[in-house]
Amino acid sequence: MKIFKDRIFKFLIIIFTIISILPLFFIFFIILKKGLSVINLNFLLSLPKPPGETGGGILNAIVGTFLLIFIASLISIPLGIFLGIFLYEYKKRKIGEICYIFIDVLQGIPSIVIGIVAYIWIVKKMGHFSAFSGGFALFLILLPIVIKSTKETLDMIPFDLIETSLSLGITYPRTILKVVLPCGMSGMMSGILVGIGRISGETAPLLFTAFGSPFLNLNILKPISSLPHLIFTYTMSPYDDWHRQAWGCALLLIMIILSLNIISKIIVKKWKIEF
Amino acid sequence: MENRILKIEDFSAGYGNLTILKNINLEISKNKITAIMGPSGCGKTTLIRCINRMHELKKDAFHYGKIYLENENIFNMNPVILRRKVGMVFQKPNPFPHMSIYENVLAGYLINGIKLKKAEKDIIVEETLKKVALWDEVKDKLYLRGTYLSGGQQQRLCIARTLALKPEILLLDEPTSSLDPKSTFEIERLLEKLKENLTIIIVTHNISQASRISDYVAFLYLGELVEFGKSEKVFTSPTNKKTEEYLSGKFG
Ligand SMILES: Nc1ncnc2c1ncn2[C@@H]1O[C@H](COP(=O)(O)OP(=O)(O)O)[C@@H](O)[C@H]1O
Ligand SMILES: [Mg+2]
Repeated sequence: MKIFKDRIFKFLIIIFTIISILPLFFIFFIILKKGLSVINLNFLLSLPKPPGETGGGILNAIVGTFLLIFIASLISIPLGIFLGIFLYEYKKRKIGEICYIFIDVLQGIPSIVIGIVAYIWIVKKMGHFSAFSGGFALFLILLPIVIKSTKETLDMIPFDLIETSLSLGITYPRTILKVVLPCGMSGMMSGILVGIGRISGETAPLLFTAFGSPFLNLNILKPISSLPHLIFTYTMSPYDDWHRQAWGCALLLIMIILSLNIISKIIVKKWKIEF
Repeated sequence: MENRILKIEDFSAGYGNLTILKNINLEISKNKITAIMGPSGCGKTTLIRCINRMHELKKDAFHYGKIYLENENIFNMNPVILRRKVGMVFQKPNPFPHMSIYENVLAGYLINGIKLKKAEKDIIVEETLKKVALWDEVKDKLYLRGTYLSGGQQQRLCIARTLALKPEILLLDEPTSSLDPKSTFEIERLLEKLKENLTIIIVTHNISQASRISDYVAFLYLGELVEFGKSEKVFTSPTNKKTEEYLSGKFG
């Protein structure tokens, strides 16, 4: 009887696993099938042709995505790590708990709403769309991710380690900086990479902030394209060649996100510190 | 008393409204090994954590009374400076997991940002590791993580890390309780050698260990110091009934 139950259980697990992985395989399959033939050096390194013409590439979107990620990371990573340490320090006090709830709420805000906020705060004030406003929207999405991954990693570090450091006549700030942070580094880094993967696929908050642009642009005060945004506009367009290119773009985006996730796993494995 | 280094005076300590240590009076002699014994939960760890002011880091911790390190009340000292003079080794070996063996020995200097020349560092590392009889075993792998070593080696590394700061007193909280007999024996031998330049206070559960290495024994029972004296005397003719029962294995 017990063996029979075990078997049924195993069978169910396998079935449900297959059911849950299946959609993933379909997505990969269709994107690979449609996207692989589109990607080549010319596609990656040239700018779009005017609407309706065939050919051209997505260099503007690749550069745009990296610039947007750069803007968002530049502020949210240092600020997020700092706030994460603050929350870790104040976790036992009311103020820390309250802040943590706010961070949770911030993380729960739909990205389209964040886009509207960035639109009202920045686009409206400046009077035009810009890479900066898009980067700001992504910053608001990345910030709580960095804060939480920092705090949660630090929480896992045993208090014994801190006591050991203090018992050697090491001051508390140096203990945090030179013992706690290095020991949590791999966890924090992997959390940040997963967060960057997340924002690199965001479309909604960019629609009315970064807006999109067919030109190669490095000026953060001007509108800029991005991979997810280009997928959106190309798919909505009436041109077959743009539909084709959207698939190539989707494949590229997925590969970027996938590699970020894989790198973060490797970091955790390679640099993991056993306590 | 000959050459007193530490004096604990009317000292009580505890957590919240729970008093653990009750009015302790104790004097520790220089360059001797003093063993602190007693059944578990009697406050041994709490007592030695008070001596380098680690106790006050715990939530709701309190203390009354005075502890003098060479006539200076430790509660008037900067705890950071005090802890360099009164080093501590914990029950579980705990080298810094992100540091090499070499860096672990120097941790007190490196993390505190105390600048040393490479030659000075090399000398401290070699001398200290020789003191704890670990040099020959690790001299070719100083750049491996400290956590790669065996438990006994790790504990000696932790002792080295504390000794590198040249403390006056070394506190050890059941340092061999997680180690095998051979590593235990090595650490005992090491402590006997170290006391030439160092005062050692060791908490131990192990009666035979205490009788092997200690010069003085303090026996705590329910937070009170019920017996204190030269080891030969306490182990052969204890004056307190509780001590006698404990030493004869009636409770533990
Ligand atoms: N952080 C703490 N808060 C409250 N009580 C504690 C704390 N740490 C230890 N105690 C209590 O203090 C008593 C003495 O503990 P300890 O000094 O560790 O004993 P020992 O080392 O002799 O076994 C124990 O009863 C323990 O439950
Ligand atoms: Mg104890």
